[in-house]
Amino acid sequence: MSSTLLHLISRDLRRAWIGGGALLPVAFFLLVAILFPFAVGPDAKLLARVGGGVLWAAALLAALIPIERLVAPDLASGVIDQLLARGQSAATIAFAKLIAHWLAFAPPVLIAALPAAALLDLSTETLIRVEIGLLIGTPGLAALALATGALVAGLRGAGAIAGLLLLPLAVPLLIFGAGSLDGGVGALKLLAAVSLVLVAGAPFVAGAAIRAGLD
Amino acid sequence: MTLIAFDAVTCVRGGRALFEGLSFALEPGGAALVTGPNGIGKSSLIRLAAGLLAPAAGRIAGDTPRALLTDQASLDEELPLARALAFWARLDRTEDNVAAALDALALSDLTDVPVRLFSTGQRRRAAIARVVASGAPLWLLDEPANGLDSAAVGLLETAIARHRASGGAVLVASHTPITLPAAITIDLSQRLTQLERAL
Repeated sequence: MSSTLLHLISRDLRRAWIGGGALLPVAFFLLVAILFPFAVGPDAKLLARVGGGVLWAAALLAALIPIERLVAPDLASGVIDQLLARGQSAATIAFAKLIAHWLAFAPPVLIAALPAAALLDLSTETLIRVEIGLLIGTPGLAALALATGALVAGLRGAGAIAGLLLLPLAVPLLIFGAGSLDGGVGALKLLAAVSLVLVAGAPFVAGAAIRAGLD
Repeated sequence: MTLIAFDAVTCVRGGRALFEGLSFALEPGGAALVTGPNGIGKSSLIRLAAGLLAPAAGRIAGDTPRALLTDQASLDEELPLARALAFWARLDRTEDNVAAALDALALSDLTDVPVRLFSTGQRRRAAIARVVASGAPLWLLDEPANGLDSAAVGLLETAIARHRASGGAVLVASHTPITLPAAITIDLSQRLTQLERAL
């Protein structure tokens, strides 16, 4: 990995953490997990049965939170202009942002899944399956968030549009992620495949969106 | 060796031709001053030269590293000035130039101050310091004198003169007067009247 890429990733990581930006999705994730028992009632058996799926839905919603600060601020401040003028490709910039976003987003969510699982009374077995699924699925979620962030950058009401754009595209991740909770390896393989496709495609989609936004 | 050459370049933005058939070249030590009223296409010309826009016709030759100054400082607001500049200097592998660049723009006393606390003029000087520190042979400056007091304009002119003396070239778009000895003048308003006459 080139030093330029590492340099860009470390800047994005630092900016993700300042002002608690990286903690917001985690707080949101936990909040959804806490709200759910209130909504369906304190039936421990029911919660244990649907809890894994709840955590997946919570992760999906949490992925929406950082979208607006992934690409738009750097476009507005001219940082992306500066990088492009230095001959960096838009896809490289987007790839660095993808890695930095995953590093800022996934580990906190994986950790937050532990207390959330306790709140929903999940068995250790289910928790392990959720964690493995999230580990495989979060790169795909991060990729979707990045591509969406680049597509809506500069739009009015970008956050709401981003939600409408991202959530339908994230349905395959949700289906195979929640599907893997039954213990099948097949669903995990499909989850990995979807995640891989998203990770491979997102930098180019985001790069093209950034380029298109220049004119 | 030509640092950048425009060959019959046409710029179209939003379906409107801003200028047509523009040709010029910059050699080491050269300077070009782009003038004209607001909205005439000065910034678009700079963005073409930076490779951020593609010409609708014609070609732009030259692949020397270039340093771009736009209306944004592009420095991380939360960082102290020295660290914000160091991000770009590390990218350009010119970390040794930062101290001298800060000195040239009279910013040495502000190295520990976060960029978000800067005034308009200080922010502008910091952005110019980023260009000076870049070590790129070609400077593309879009309205570099905006928000600068007369003393700071003097610092800018000195920095440009020094850059040209060491074999660099500058392309400056400005609607305010700025001293550029022996510069080519590209007056876009003249070109527009020619274009309108042709139509």
